[in-house]
This record gives sequence, structure tokens and C-alpha cells, in this order.
Amino acid sequence: MPQVRGRHDTGIDPMVICIASGKGGTGKTTIATNLAVSLDGNVQLLDCDVEEPNAHLFMKHELNHTEKVTTPVPKVDLDKCDFCGECGEICQFSAINVIGENILTFPELCHSCKGCMMVCLREAISETGRELGVLETGWSGRIEFVHGRLRVGEAMSPPLINRVKEHINPEKIAIIDAPPGTSCPVVVAMKGSDFAILVTEPTPFGLHDLKLAVGAVRTLEIPLGIIINRCDVGDDRVATYAGEEDIPILMQIPDDRKIAEAYSRGIMMVDVQPEMKDRFRTVYESITELVE
Amino acid sequence: MKELTIISGKGGTGKTSVVASFAALAQNKVVADADVDAADLHLILAPDIKHQEDFKGGRTARIDLEICTECGDCLERCQFNAISLDFIVDKIDCEGCGVCVHFCPMEAIDFSRNICGKWYISETRFGPMVHAKLGIAEENSGMLVSLVRNQAKVMAEERGLDTIIVDGPPGIGCPVIASIAGAGAVLIVTEPTLSGLHDLGRAGGLAAHFKIPTLACVNKYDLNEEMSDRVADYCARNHIELVGSIPYDTAVTHAMVAGKSIVEFSDGKVSDAIKMIWHNIEDFLKS
Repeated sequence: MPQVRGRHDTGIDPMVICIASGKGGTGKTTIATNLAVSLDGNVQLLDCDVEEPNAHLFMKHELNHTEKVTTPVPKVDLDKCDFCGECGEICQFSAINVIGENILTFPELCHSCKGCMMVCLREAISETGRELGVLETGWSGRIEFVHGRLRVGEAMSPPLINRVKEHINPEKIAIIDAPPGTSCPVVVAMKGSDFAILVTEPTPFGLHDLKLAVGAVRTLEIPLGIIINRCDVGDDRVATYAGEEDIPILMQIPDDRKIAEAYSRGIMMVDVQPEMKDRFRTVYESITELVE
Repeated sequence: MKELTIISGKGGTGKTSVVASFAALAQNKVVADADVDAADLHLILAPDIKHQEDFKGGRTARIDLEICTECGDCLERCQFNAISLDFIVDKIDCEGCGVCVHFCPMEAIDFSRNICGKWYISETRFGPMVHAKLGIAEENSGMLVSLVRNQAKVMAEERGLDTIIVDGPPGIGCPVIASIAGAGAVLIVTEPTLSGLHDLGRAGGLAAHFKIPTLACVNKYDLNEEMSDRVADYCARNHIELVGSIPYDTAVTHAMVAGKSIVEFSDGKVSDAIKMIWHNIEDFLKS
């Protein structure tokens, strides 16, 4: 969904930048939050790691809106049902089953395709909601903050991630904090971004998962760059790989116990090392050039 | 037979490094890697693959444009906006629900099962291992996780092994639920950070939701001892048994680079801590 985006008076190009990683714990949230506060205004931060959202621990935002997010699941009116079994036949997820003169629904398994409602000739199936979690929006200074929190026990994160992404404002720089991994939740979070930053660390696990993440980003045909966090631990194979694959290294951050300790308390990197703000702005400028 | 699944909530807390050490320490066990979309355990255990099979996951709709009359029925019915105005199904957006297939008046939509990955039965220097690889950007990771766990169970029964150690994925969603449902116990590897504590709460909540006995250990506890105390306090108040704390040591990264578990690599303080943790877990599993 490439949108036409013009340069604004602020000298900042609106775009969607997604921060992902493959391996967890490499510093996605650190990069997303610090990048957001380093850019002056006109920024949105959308935490799409709805299973374990952490950006709010650093943003110290004021919440101004909370809403429960639900997804439609079937409710059967037994007075109308003739137990024909069509609903059970169409359901690919075993979420509705007719057994003799009984009908069982498993709302947790339902993917909300509404097939059962469409196929029911007696209109015996209506919609009820299953709670996916909550969506919260607020402000941290001039940064608009949006995140989703998946209900504990809920299996499906993609619909909630999509609800968070509905808040993307094409007039702003939208920074998406993606979940770890390379499967559907990550792909849903990254889809439609103008650029992906993959945060990695120079270890065998970091490299292995980076390769998978690069594969996922390339499937989506999104331009990408990498940030190597704790660049002085481990070995140099990540840098070598980036060279071979012609992937720009946007930034390298040395391992620093002071940063790690600040992180442990929910304090941002730019608050410990204010000079990092300039480095994050440079990262943003490089991205603007790469996108063009 | 006891099955222990190691999860973390937050990613990168050291699950896989801890599991690799358990693999070295435990006797009579099968190791299973259930983090199928970013599996790393094989980088340390170096499995020798003995058997492999394709993993067939969900289905995806594909419209045959030769037959399609562009009536638009599918477009109206699809709840996932997966069909474009020129009747191409987006493979990523398609949920595999089959609604378009069922209602297509021309029967123009193919709905075959996708090969979404592979799963493997292997031998390692520490015994048998079941693992898998989900294709990049694929779905149905929960289904693949269940398959890996089932295969590990079959192998444990066949070989008379009494313990299954499962390396789980991060998060609390579908693959995590699939990796812990019905397990004998869950170990949450956390770290003394605000994020670690926050995510421990959610992962612990999930284990409690499924009524699974829950243990925890704090990795890199000396990074912030005050936060480690808060983790301990949280565990005490939430029926989570803290089985140990692991100090920070760069030797862990060096071991990983060398392709070894830390208990094989060094006899230092990290190894001692992990041996103590495994000892406590064994006691817990016996009780």
C-alpha cells in the first residue's frame, strides 16, 4: 500500500518504519522508543507486540483512551437450529460442531470468518464477541502512543495487531514495535511498512534469526536495514552477512552496563547518553534516503 | 513421564541457553524445540537428522482466473480483505477459512493444504531431539508446536525415557499456548528488568490460566539486584516457585559462539547456578 507522502514543513517525511528482529530480546523496544523520542514531534509509536507489550514501560505516556477489542464468534439459537450440520462442515477450525441433536461451539478456536452464519439456512446463528484484549492510546509529550494488550489466554494476536495498525496516521512518522519471531504476528505487524529495521546481536542465535527475519521482510518486499546491538559481544559474522547480502548497517551500539542497568529500571538510552539522540536522527535520515 | 516446558514471556532472556544446559545435565530425556519460527537450540545441540517430514498446515484459497466470472461473491464474503479487485488472493491475508471456496458459484477456487515447514527427529550428543522449522512468514505455528510435542512423547514412550524438555517460544499467544497446554510443569526464565517482570506476570498468568505448576529462574540477576528481589517477591505472591538465579557472565556468549552449552564450556559461576537449578527442577518433577 504505497501511499504518496509529501515532505512537510517540519522537514520530516511521514512514513511507516517497522522495528523487528527474529530473535527476541535484541533491543527492538529500545530502538523503537529511543527513535521515537529522538525525532521531534509528528511521531506515532505503535507497540504491535501485543503478547508482551513493553514500550509503555519506557514511554511514561498518559493514557487517554482504553477500549475492549472483540472478534465476532457464533451464538446458536437452539429453537431455530435443525441440526443440519452445515455450519460444522464449513468451519475449518472445528469451532462449531453438530453432534446428533446437540451443537457445541468453541469460541476460542473461532477465526471469525462468519462462514457458519452465512451457510445457516434457518438463520439460527448470530454474532457474539470474544474478547481479544484491550487497545490503549495516549500521549507521551508530543508522541502519540498506541498499543494493544492481548488478553491472557487468548491465542490469536493478528486481529489485535491489525486494530493497533488502524491508528496509523499517514501524515506522521509511524514507528511500529513488532513482536519477535518470523511467523504470522510479525508479518501482520510489518505488512505495509515503508521500511523495516531489524535489530540483531552479533551471536550465532542473533545471526540465525536475523537471516529468517530478512527472509520475512523480503517476502513482503520492504526495504530494510539492520542495527547491531551490543556490537562488541560475540563474533563478526553478522557484519559479514550484512556485507554479503548488501544490507545497510544503520547503527552499531556497544554493550554498556550503564545502558543495561537503566533499561532494567525503564529508563531510556537517550536519557543516559543524550548524544544518542543525534545518532538516532542520523538513522532516520539514512532511512529516508534508502526509501527514496 | 514428566514434560517441562521452558518459556519466558519476554524474548531473549536466555531460554535456549538454559535449555541447552539442561539437555547436557538431564538423563533419560527427549529434548524438543517448540520455538518453531525462530528455532535456535539446534545451533548448540548440532542434531544429526535421522528422519524428516513435511509439515502440512492450513489451506489457502487460489482463484482460477480462467474459470472465475468476477461475480464478486467471494469479495463480499471474505472477512479478511484477502481478495483483490482483480481476484487475486493475498497468501498472507488469507485466513484459510474456505468461505469463498464454499460459496463460489463457478467452483473456481482451489483450496489445497500448504506445506508450511518441516519437522525432524534427530540424534544429538545428549540423546534424541525433536525439532522443526516453520517456513518463513508461514502460519499455523501452534499446530506445528503440538506436532513436535506429540512426536517427543511418542519417542519418550518408545525408548522408555521419563523426561521431556521443551524449549518454548516467547510471548503468550498461540504457539506458547500450544507449547504449555497439558505440560507437567512450566519454567519461566526471566530477567531483572521492568520488561522482564512485566512479561513474567503475563507468562505466569497464562500458566496459571491452564493450571500448570510454574517455576521461575532469574537470569543475569546481578544486573539489578533490587529488581531481582521484586521478581522473587512477585513469584512468592503468585505461587511460582523460584528455583534459582543465574549471574551475568560473558562466558555465556562465548559458549554460544563455540557452539556449546555453558555447562560444557566452563566450570564457572553460571554453570554452578544452572546445575543447582536443574537439581531443584528434578526434585520438583519427582514430587
